[in-house]
Amino acid sequence: MTAEATTTAVDAPAVPVFDPGGEAARATAAILHDTLHGTERGVVVDSPPGAGKSTLVVRAALELAAAGRPLMVVAQTNAQVDDLVLRLAEKNPDLPVGRLHSSDADPYDKALDDLANVRKSAKAADLAGQAVVLSTAAKWAHVKVDEPWRHAIVDEAYQMRSDSLLAVAGLFERALFVGDPGQLDPFATVGSEQWAGLSYDPSASAVTTLLAHNPSLPQHRLPVSWRLPASAAPLVSDAFYPYTPFRSGTDHDDRGLTFAVPSDGSGADRVIDEAARSGWGLLELPARHTPRTDPEAVRAVAEVVRRLLDREGRATSERSAGPVPLTADRVAVGTAHRDQAAAVRAALADLGVTEVTVDTANRLQGREYDVTVVLHPLSGRPDATAFHLETGRLCVLASRHRHACVVVCREGVGELLDDYPSTEPVQLGTLVKFPDGWEANHAVLAHLAEHRVPWRG
Amino acid sequence: MSLITTLARLEAVRTGRAQPAATVRHRHLSDRPLVFVPLITAGEAGAPLGALVGTDRDAPHLLVVPQPRDRDLRFAFLAELAGIVLPHVEAYADSVEAAERTETDPETGKRVKVEVDLCADAAQLIVPSRAGVDFVRLLGRSMRFRRTAEQDPEAPHPAPPRVPLLGRWLTHYGERARVPGSSLLLAMTDLLGRHWATGQSTLEDQHLGALLAWIAPDDEELTGAEAARRVELARDADGQLLCPPAGPATDPAFDNKLLAPAIERYDRARTALAAAEDGLEADDRLGALTAAEREIRALVESRTRPTWDAVWRGMDLLRELPAGAHVEDRWTRDRWSFTSHRDRVLAGEPPQPRRDDAVTAANKLATREREQARLEAQEALDDPLVMAGRRLAGEAFAGEVTDIVMAYSESKRPSPRPLVTVRTDDRPHLGERAKVYRSLGGKPQAAEFVEQQEEGVLVLRVVDKMGRGKEPEAGSVPKKGDRVCFTLFEHEQRGGAKLPDPERTPWTHGGPPGEKAAVPEAPDAQTEEDVL
Repeated sequence: MTAEATTTAVDAPAVPVFDPGGEAARATAAILHDTLHGTERGVVVDSPPGAGKSTLVVRAALELAAAGRPLMVVAQTNAQVDDLVLRLAEKNPDLPVGRLHSSDADPYDKALDDLANVRKSAKAADLAGQAVVLSTAAKWAHVKVDEPWRHAIVDEAYQMRSDSLLAVAGLFERALFVGDPGQLDPFATVGSEQWAGLSYDPSASAVTTLLAHNPSLPQHRLPVSWRLPASAAPLVSDAFYPYTPFRSGTDHDDRGLTFAVPSDGSGADRVIDEAARSGWGLLELPARHTPRTDPEAVRAVAEVVRRLLDREGRATSERSAGPVPLTADRVAVGTAHRDQAAAVRAALADLGVTEVTVDTANRLQGREYDVTVVLHPLSGRPDATAFHLETGRLCVLASRHRHACVVVCREGVGELLDDYPSTEPVQLGTLVKFPDGWEANHAVLAHLAEHRVPWRG
Repeated sequence: MSLITTLARLEAVRTGRAQPAATVRHRHLSDRPLVFVPLITAGEAGAPLGALVGTDRDAPHLLVVPQPRDRDLRFAFLAELAGIVLPHVEAYADSVEAAERTETDPETGKRVKVEVDLCADAAQLIVPSRAGVDFVRLLGRSMRFRRTAEQDPEAPHPAPPRVPLLGRWLTHYGERARVPGSSLLLAMTDLLGRHWATGQSTLEDQHLGALLAWIAPDDEELTGAEAARRVELARDADGQLLCPPAGPATDPAFDNKLLAPAIERYDRARTALAAAEDGLEADDRLGALTAAEREIRALVESRTRPTWDAVWRGMDLLRELPAGAHVEDRWTRDRWSFTSHRDRVLAGEPPQPRRDDAVTAANKLATREREQARLEAQEALDDPLVMAGRRLAGEAFAGEVTDIVMAYSESKRPSPRPLVTVRTDDRPHLGERAKVYRSLGGKPQAAEFVEQQEEGVLVLRVVDKMGRGKEPEAGSVPKKGDRVCFTLFEHEQRGGAKLPDPERTPWTHGGPPGEKAAVPEAPDAQTEEDVL
């Protein structure tokens, strides 16, 4: 809609000014209207990274509760559930909230114990009568009810597997499905080709199955990313959401990252400066085939993180009046594999850094930091497998930051991509996902090439 | 591919011999496996050319379709196959023992124990390669919806009486083969590939002859790579492979130079016989037809017999390994699967539907994921070499207990929570308060990671399996100097959530399957190509 108007306009004054707040508010209002007053049993909301998905979920929950409709909320992990409970309690401390949890040790965040109106139990019956009951899909699957809930909100629905929705869908009459289609698809640990092409393929995402059976459900989209800076939103939108573009909520001047300690001229410092200036930095190591835990690349990642913290960074943003110090909890390292994350953690510990989050793309989903340092999934690899080419993996890694993202990578990934185009067999009846990982990787790489800094020299 | 597999393959390249990837046998091998070595016709997916089948390694049954495009001959082949496979399967199906199973009582909804029959053993089917497993599945699909003359007197091409039933059994075997760790239907290449690492790619390992050349070459002088290359490529003076591929696909040189002319001679003889004008001429021409058929039988036997022998040789190699401790447990699951299919057949249920409904598909996927996790854990517990791979991957660690400090939980009735210090050379990926498990008398005992005191010195808090008293039961806590091995993965799998019944499939998944699906499905509509 607005994309056409802005690209075709010739003289600047004729361009309608993009009003992010207004656009987002309009989208939210339409979603809430369909949810509260629509006639369809489901509403689907696509949300790009940092577009206020959680805010929307909390707001919809509060409005449904205010309308007197018993509500259940389905999230995918315990951390997500606890986060939603805390946000709900923050917005409305008087709302009776139920947190359904597992019977394992330490099943929920201890912070919930301080909330007076949050009741916690491992049995759904204990929580009857609470306005909102929240739990994970895995826990809900064990719940049996005589009377289904009037309404449900399914969070991270694109990361939920179809079979997991099958297990809980009998618990509610209508539902709001919210999620990010660009992130990692759910996966199965065994082959599931036998069901590929079936509308209810159990290994597909819950939304794919839902829409295959209910094509008329209203689908909405949140149009503004509040997380991604103006330097990142166009790249992420073009590379990963080519047919559903979004904008950043802030402009180039709204955010800034500066360092009190000047650069010492090393590769790490120069890439940090490049990223602070442009939002992106590519620290390139010489081409080489390496084991997954490439010691040199791991050391480079650790060194970048060490310097980020040592140089007394200050982040300016619309969130606060003055600059905020860049502390360890605002920095994260993202990798493709768990052993890589473990290797980076060990390297960071050697440099005396312990507070920085280091995790895989799967676990970083939904999280937000000021600066991220990413070990490129294809760095040093002799081949490009479907796992490493998966669009969502790169998308998660490239869309966690509010200010800047530094990618550490060995040279030669472009050639590797050309040598290994996607070779996944085409399955009849399945929706082909666009863009494919190959194309998305090339798009990101082409952009990063403009912000390249060699590691030595 | 895990790091230890990569290392084993590198070592295989360096030594020129396959390296052991396991110290015990991780799959069940029946005392009387039914071996099936099928061949198919090039360009005609699902048209069998012939097969060797049987339980006696010295006397296989040779089945041949002299003209694979002839529907009647194909049915005759399938009927003959049913005549060998079904009596074998039914012999196992008839011998039962009493077992207990937990079922939901339909009236009270409570879980109750009921006594049921469990087949004392199950029939095991072994094919040469993974493509053979696919072919079993394909045969099953092509047969199970066929109608016999008895079921449907109007059917244009009625199937021989036992063919649909064979289709149902082969479908069951094909489906079961997708469950990780199952042994009802096994491919010899997968079996050997699980227990040895060769110096070639996993794709090349799909060639049974090449795989055996790495593990146990005929010519001790050659390296594995040389022997495998010879098996794959060496041809005689007529351009025929010395070692025919394990199938079911055949070598094109064989198809073009030997098989096609033989089939043509057979066709000519058949046409000539049909055109015979008197009895004497017919007798003569029948002789020619029989000779032509004998020629094709000899060709098929020459291409299946080497594979047949290779499969048995593979089995000899595998039998040298002792069975893993959990193999019996997994085979019992196979027996349950076998028994439940037998019961469905006996109860007169219709054949397996063409496609799974939403609930069945989800249940199957959940089962297979659970079995995959179970298999990975059990293989590691049964086999120190597999455990070494997990240790190298940071998913387990072994070491010596260097200290025990008694501690108690902070509750009204304090329970023992001893702190165990383990010194290890492994580097496990332990997160904060990560759970670890060790096997204590076959049951998993859980502990919690407390801290790493220094490089390689880990402190763990044991949290269960110490009895109900204030003091831990004897032997339930490791002692100083004990060798222990903890894993980061769980040893046993929890059951998944119960899914709704298919008739209660929710709206998100299209609602209950329609009435249509409840009636038996019709076979594929006939096309012109079906009748040549």
